[in-house]
Amino acid sequence: MHGLINRSIQCFLRDTYGQALWGLVALKAGLPAEGFEPMLPYPDVLSVAVLNAASVELGRPRQTLLEDMGTYLVSHPNQLRLRRLLRFGGLSFEDFLHSLEQLRDRGELAVPGLDLPMLELREDEPERFCVICRSAHPEIGHVLVGLLRAMADDYGALVLLEHGGTLDGAELIWVDLLDPSHAEGRRFDLSARELSS
Amino acid sequence: MKKAPGQSPVITGAKTAATLKSAAPMVLGAAALDQMLPMHLWVDFHGRILGAGPTLRKICPEIDSDTGQGALRFDQLFMIRRPQATRSLRKLAEQSGRRLSLSLRQPPHTAFTGQSVPVEGGAGLLVNLSFGINLTVAVSEHDLTAGDFAPTDLTVEMLYLSEAKSAVMAELLSLTRRLQGAKSVAEEQAMTDTLTGLRNRRAMERVMEDLHARATPFALMQLDLDFFKAVNDSRGHAAGDHVLQEVARVLLSETRQGDTVARIGGDEFVIVFPGLTDPARLAALGQRILAKLERPIVYDGAPCTISASIGTALSHGPKRLSPSEALLNTDRAVYASKHAGRGCITAHD
Repeated sequence: MHGLINRSIQCFLRDTYGQALWGLVALKAGLPAEGFEPMLPYPDVLSVAVLNAASVELGRPRQTLLEDMGTYLVSHPNQLRLRRLLRFGGLSFEDFLHSLEQLRDRGELAVPGLDLPMLELREDEPERFCVICRSAHPEIGHVLVGLLRAMADDYGALVLLEHGGTLDGAELIWVDLLDPSHAEGRRFDLSARELSS
Repeated sequence: MKKAPGQSPVITGAKTAATLKSAAPMVLGAAALDQMLPMHLWVDFHGRILGAGPTLRKICPEIDSDTGQGALRFDQLFMIRRPQATRSLRKLAEQSGRRLSLSLRQPPHTAFTGQSVPVEGGAGLLVNLSFGINLTVAVSEHDLTAGDFAPTDLTVEMLYLSEAKSAVMAELLSLTRRLQGAKSVAEEQAMTDTLTGLRNRRAMERVMEDLHARATPFALMQLDLDFFKAVNDSRGHAAGDHVLQEVARVLLSETRQGDTVARIGGDEFVIVFPGLTDPARLAALGQRILAKLERPIVYDGAPCTISASIGTALSHGPKRLSPSEALLNTDRAVYASKHAGRGCITAHD
């Protein structure tokens, strides 16, 4: 898995549970304490080892951890850049949902070899969407659930989210858009002013 | 966004009468134009602004935000930079379809790329604008959002790319800094004697090679400790290590910043003095060091007494020495000092 993704797992564990927990997890997973380099590729087994070690250390199921990580990626101040890149997806949460289909290509454009999951959006009924997530990495859909929840908050939309299990090797995520403008939402400036302050 | 009906330019869909004889002219209403070309201007041949897209109305306060009509003329608002000498609107009409470079006359002097085409029936020109490569600045200065651009416009994608690129560059930069730091530490460790913190043999050789290559004169002093083995044997290795650290302290205190003090073996030290060519000064320096080294060093409440056999050599002018020659000379001089009863200095001639 790409170093950037591994590094995100590391930053999530470090920023959420502290440097000591990360040190322990790195040790158990056979990584040096400084962890992953963001621009280098790593074998997938390492990412799995890190997640398993964290799950055991924290006594929390892996899927819950992945979901929390998705939320962290959008809402933590250390991840401001990523949130901004996601907000380029559109003016409203619904626009953003539609932009998910381009997520993989957008990622590839920015960082070749990033290998983000392939996402497909279906709107079976009005305001009821299904995101179909295909990836070589099982359970990555849980990251998406946390990420979508945080992005809905970011746009000020009220949604109901549910991981709908796996069908034909793809993960299904149900999104009920209850109210697109439920709250104010966070401001998004096309220019990167907030990054320099 | 309301405009009086009839106040919109007519664009014909037929290129020439010959290709499409029966086609009626295609008429686009102002609302459609606003959506497709949010940065367009409709200008008559006197330069009066008859209409403007919503994004341009946002950028230019001189254009009425409701009617899209300008309080100032086109040439009062914009300066045409390329093609040069396009002063009048009639001249601009001759440039139909060509790439235009223009900018706002008022601060922040935003630059645009543009293109103009004539409107059917002599009703002036349709000018469409876009931001050039300085788009990130323009977007920030005019407080624009994704909704200010047509969906087919790649501006927002370009902003995305520019930001994604900056994020990746930031990661690469921090990676490079980490690697640079690790490299410096590794190099430092590879050149340092860990017990005393002095340079090691490799560092000393590199300094001498450098001086030799630049033909810089230098003096070399080699010191072999006397009675050190006795200290090690009678007082233990910890005492021996302490003595070596004290010797290092003495040598550093008697040398200048540009000199290189190295431990090249168990109890062998070498000092390189760039620019020192005076044999008398070198000898005096050696005497001072010797006197300090012979003061008993207290370890664990009891004194350890050592001395040193010192040999020196000079490399300058016609007697320029390679590093190995210089070391051979000081080695011989040290041997002579040992032979002469230790605790003394010999200069190789």
